[in-house]
Amino acid sequence: MIFSAMKRNGLILAAFAIVATALLMFTQFLTADRIAAQQRNELMLTLTALIPSDSYSNDLYGDCTEVININALGSRLPQPIYRARFNDKPVALAVRTTAPDGYSGDIHLLVAISVNGTVLGARVLEHRETPGLGDKVDARRSDWIYSFTNERVRDASDVRWQVRRDGGAFDQFTGATITPRAVINAIQRTVVWANENQQRLFAAPTQCSNNTPMPEELSHE
Amino acid sequence: MSDMNTKNEFKALARDGLWENNPALVQLLGLCPLLAVTGTVTNALGLGLATLLVLMGSNITVSLVRNWVPNEIRIPVFVIVIATFVTFVELMMHAFTYGLFTALGIFIPLIVTNCAIIGRAEAYASKNPWHKAGFDGLVMGSGFALVLLLLGAIREVIGQGTLFDGAELLLGDWAAGLRIELIQFDYPLLLAVLPPGAFIGMGVIIAIKNIIDRYQKEKDAKSPVEKAQRVRVTSQ
Repeated sequence: MIFSAMKRNGLILAAFAIVATALLMFTQFLTADRIAAQQRNELMLTLTALIPSDSYSNDLYGDCTEVININALGSRLPQPIYRARFNDKPVALAVRTTAPDGYSGDIHLLVAISVNGTVLGARVLEHRETPGLGDKVDARRSDWIYSFTNERVRDASDVRWQVRRDGGAFDQFTGATITPRAVINAIQRTVVWANENQQRLFAAPTQCSNNTPMPEELSHE
Repeated sequence: MSDMNTKNEFKALARDGLWENNPALVQLLGLCPLLAVTGTVTNALGLGLATLLVLMGSNITVSLVRNWVPNEIRIPVFVIVIATFVTFVELMMHAFTYGLFTALGIFIPLIVTNCAIIGRAEAYASKNPWHKAGFDGLVMGSGFALVLLLLGAIREVIGQGTLFDGAELLLGDWAAGLRIELIQFDYPLLLAVLPPGAFIGMGVIIAIKNIIDRYQKEKDAKSPVEKAQRVRVTSQ
């Protein structure tokens, strides 16, 4: 008796699971291209905001290479690097990097560096900093992140690359010093590393497996 | 008998969902997403609409399959139905409202854990025909969404001095003009934006609802002939 009920219920449950899975696979199939396009768009918008689109002639998004360097780029995962060239002449690098020491976890950044070593600009792609305090690193919340535009980094011990409280050249926020400190350090590390490895990065083969701006595996907590 | 009765039934359902048995204010269900995302009106509207869609979809589906689902396995089936709708909505938001998707982040999958949804599936949709279940989902979802909006508005005004900040993420570029700057703060009231502000705001809203209810009751008591006694349907 009980076995026949179990069998029947099991079959009904399995049928529901199969139908539900099929529907979701279909939806996923229909939306996958659009989702990828959205992510590409978002990244393209950030890329073009950082590197003037008339300064390069290649497909910036497609000209991508990946690097794993936990010391310079702050992540165990491969970080994409986009290379802008004008008629094969190197123009700028846009490096995805991570500040692992934010106030609430990782802060994901995109930093663009001109071939002459100047910072073209930086943007926060994803973060979890406190609303109203640390989230001022986000360009949607305040203009703070623009203060890196056209700055230079002399070396890893450049004293200017600190918040003012520590004697540096960049503002901290009232009530939030940890977040800007983390972002400044991450940009400085990234710029120093990118400038040191510039030729190698421009020469590296085009290859990006995980070419998305916000890999989901990074946002676990 | 039918026409008048149905109309009254729908009226009673609407009254229940929006006020008497409001999922957020009376049943106190779905507090996790409610308190977490109501920092701005835009976020509240986004999650409110997503919850409304899921609730309607799950209510209608549960009602349609109710005769094929044996009693013993109804809960797992409800969970499958709800999870499917949530994933569907999540994929759709990811594809069509990307900015809002990044803003709402982990709270979309959390709609699955909104007990208001499985609560309605169990308490109403599994016992009633699909059009009634759908309407129940609509009003319950609206009741939930309205509370989200109210709380979002209160917290946004106090915490940021704005309304509809970031509406373009949800509604497209034209909505950027909806943003209203009400107050300019040098130091916004952070408490309103942080989770404790959500709890305090929620408490104030529930208190106000109770005051209105009591006022209404006293008014009814003074003139008892006017209306027949309503049965108050609250479970907790």
